[in-house]
Amino acid sequence: MMFSSISLTGKLHAGLEELQARASTWWVMLQISIQERFVYRGDFVLGTLMRFLPIVTQIFLWGAIFHANARETIAGYTYHNFVAYYLLTMVSRAFSSMPGLASGIARQVREGEVKKYLIQPVDMITVLLLARVAHKLVYYFVAALPFAAVFYICRHYFPGWPDPEVMAAYILSLILAFLLGFFLEATLGLISFWFLEVTSLLFVYMLFNFFFSGHMFPLDMLPEPWLTLVNFLPLKYLAYFPAAVFLGKVQGGELVMGLSVQAGWVVFFIILCRWTYARGIDQYSAYGG
Amino acid sequence: MAVIEVRNLSKTYRVYQKSEGLWAAFRGLFRRRWREVHAVRGISFEVEQGEFVAFLGPNGAGKTTTLKLLSGVITPTSGEARVLGHVPWRRENAYRRRFALVMGQKNQLWWDLPALESFRLHQHIYRIPPGEYERTRDELAEMLGVRELLGRPVRELSLGERMKMELMAALLHKPEVLFLDEPTIGLDVVAQHTIQNFLREYQRQRRLTILLTSHYMKDVAALCQRVIVIAQGRIVHDGSLEGIVERFGRSKILTVQLADGQSSRDFHRYGKVVECQPPRVKLRVPRQGVPELVAAILQNHAVEDVSVEDPPLEEVIAEMFSCVQQQTSQESPSPVSTSSA
Repeated sequence: MMFSSISLTGKLHAGLEELQARASTWWVMLQISIQERFVYRGDFVLGTLMRFLPIVTQIFLWGAIFHANARETIAGYTYHNFVAYYLLTMVSRAFSSMPGLASGIARQVREGEVKKYLIQPVDMITVLLLARVAHKLVYYFVAALPFAAVFYICRHYFPGWPDPEVMAAYILSLILAFLLGFFLEATLGLISFWFLEVTSLLFVYMLFNFFFSGHMFPLDMLPEPWLTLVNFLPLKYLAYFPAAVFLGKVQGGELVMGLSVQAGWVVFFIILCRWTYARGIDQYSAYGG
Repeated sequence: MAVIEVRNLSKTYRVYQKSEGLWAAFRGLFRRRWREVHAVRGISFEVEQGEFVAFLGPNGAGKTTTLKLLSGVITPTSGEARVLGHVPWRRENAYRRRFALVMGQKNQLWWDLPALESFRLHQHIYRIPPGEYERTRDELAEMLGVRELLGRPVRELSLGERMKMELMAALLHKPEVLFLDEPTIGLDVVAQHTIQNFLREYQRQRRLTILLTSHYMKDVAALCQRVIVIAQGRIVHDGSLEGIVERFGRSKILTVQLADGQSSRDFHRYGKVVECQPPRVKLRVPRQGVPELVAAILQNHAVEDVSVEDPPLEEVIAEMFSCVQQQTSQESPSPVSTSSA
């Protein structure tokens, strides 16, 4: 009995040490990734600011549509609702979009850089995830001020600050959107273990993403059967869902359900991503190398 | 006990075979032709701790494939291998912390950051205690003469400097086995020399086991006591470099210094005249008949001096490759076979 409790404490201790060693590796990886992002800061700042341009055109476009139709609401949305919605999807996408992730994986596979992850005691998905966290952190650092300015200028379009609980749910939905976006696109990138070129696949994905994530228009505008279809897809959790949470469109039991389904999709894509990676490595080491 | 044990190791790739022309490309969409490439065919060898072994062979002979198998990048089609008691392609972290692979044509460092940052990451990945890390890093930087370059972004370094950094990164965790795939490729003579000296010195100090592939015979001659020659996926020689010359060198170079006024015209009857600058004649002669030839020359000409040498190593190796290629193609007509699917 005593022996087993000693061995259990020993195991626990070893486990804690292992976790600590990993955490310190992740921390250094994150630091180095952040440093790397800052190398091309000029290009980065310009790229960040340019991302605000599409939203401006969209605001003007819907302004013109409302003006031409002389209507108060379209599909239950007022002009103000539209502007608020677009600004919020922009925030969602600041979390869920993963520029260069899938194509970067494809390039690493094509050029044999993945060998590094077979030889060194380091996991590719973890490295990519930390690099992406670094990418996002630097992006928020640069974009925080312009975002704040735009939201301040457009504050009249919003119904007001949501309750603390809704705010907490919103932040959770954004973090889940980040994880979902990461594992979904990483899985797509890993397909390059079988087909070296995944550009066309990514193009199709981006197209679907554009329409069915809610990036183009609020998804609750969609008629049936499209509405049911998007509810069965994970894409709506990348842009529409967090925005809908903030705007108070999803509440109570529906909110809990929505967050659970979003978390379910995250788990599904983590497993799929891991599985694809393991199979991809098998494929790579059997045929390529 | 051997550090590396390899038994009947084989690796066969199946590659898609493209035929020429538009119609063939269209047909290929529906019916693919595959070609089997036997990169490594049943090789066996052992390497003891502290040996510095070179792999020689023409392009496509299976050298890099062997290194990839031993470092666990690829899984074999059949056969066994153990390095430091581990099966490489199981890719256990316990194994991965004990070896390193450096590929001359691949860059493992963070391109936009100083090498020091990559080293810091290696410290954590390989779990090197801080004090030990700093000691090893400074010692390696000193030996390679790159101390003042550690803080400069890798992209600003020359190829030779970068290679030194790659070596440093690979050695920080003090691997017991080091695989080097063409570490001096594309480097100038000075950089080649520095890296050779470093490797020799480091290997002597640490007694680590190194497997090296290189096309530069100078690397091999300067560093390795033992040479394994691979051709078309098979080991054709395993022994010393001198052994290669004895076994595969078919000719010798005979230099004859003639006495004043002697004609060098009819020397071609003794062998192939390589150089003729009277009174000196250089001949390439078959290895077996050297004593008889020398006797004949001494008898027929007034000679001041005769010397017999082996041809340059590169030449012997080239001769050996072609000889081996002929042999293996006679034994098994084709190293590749084709199938449809």
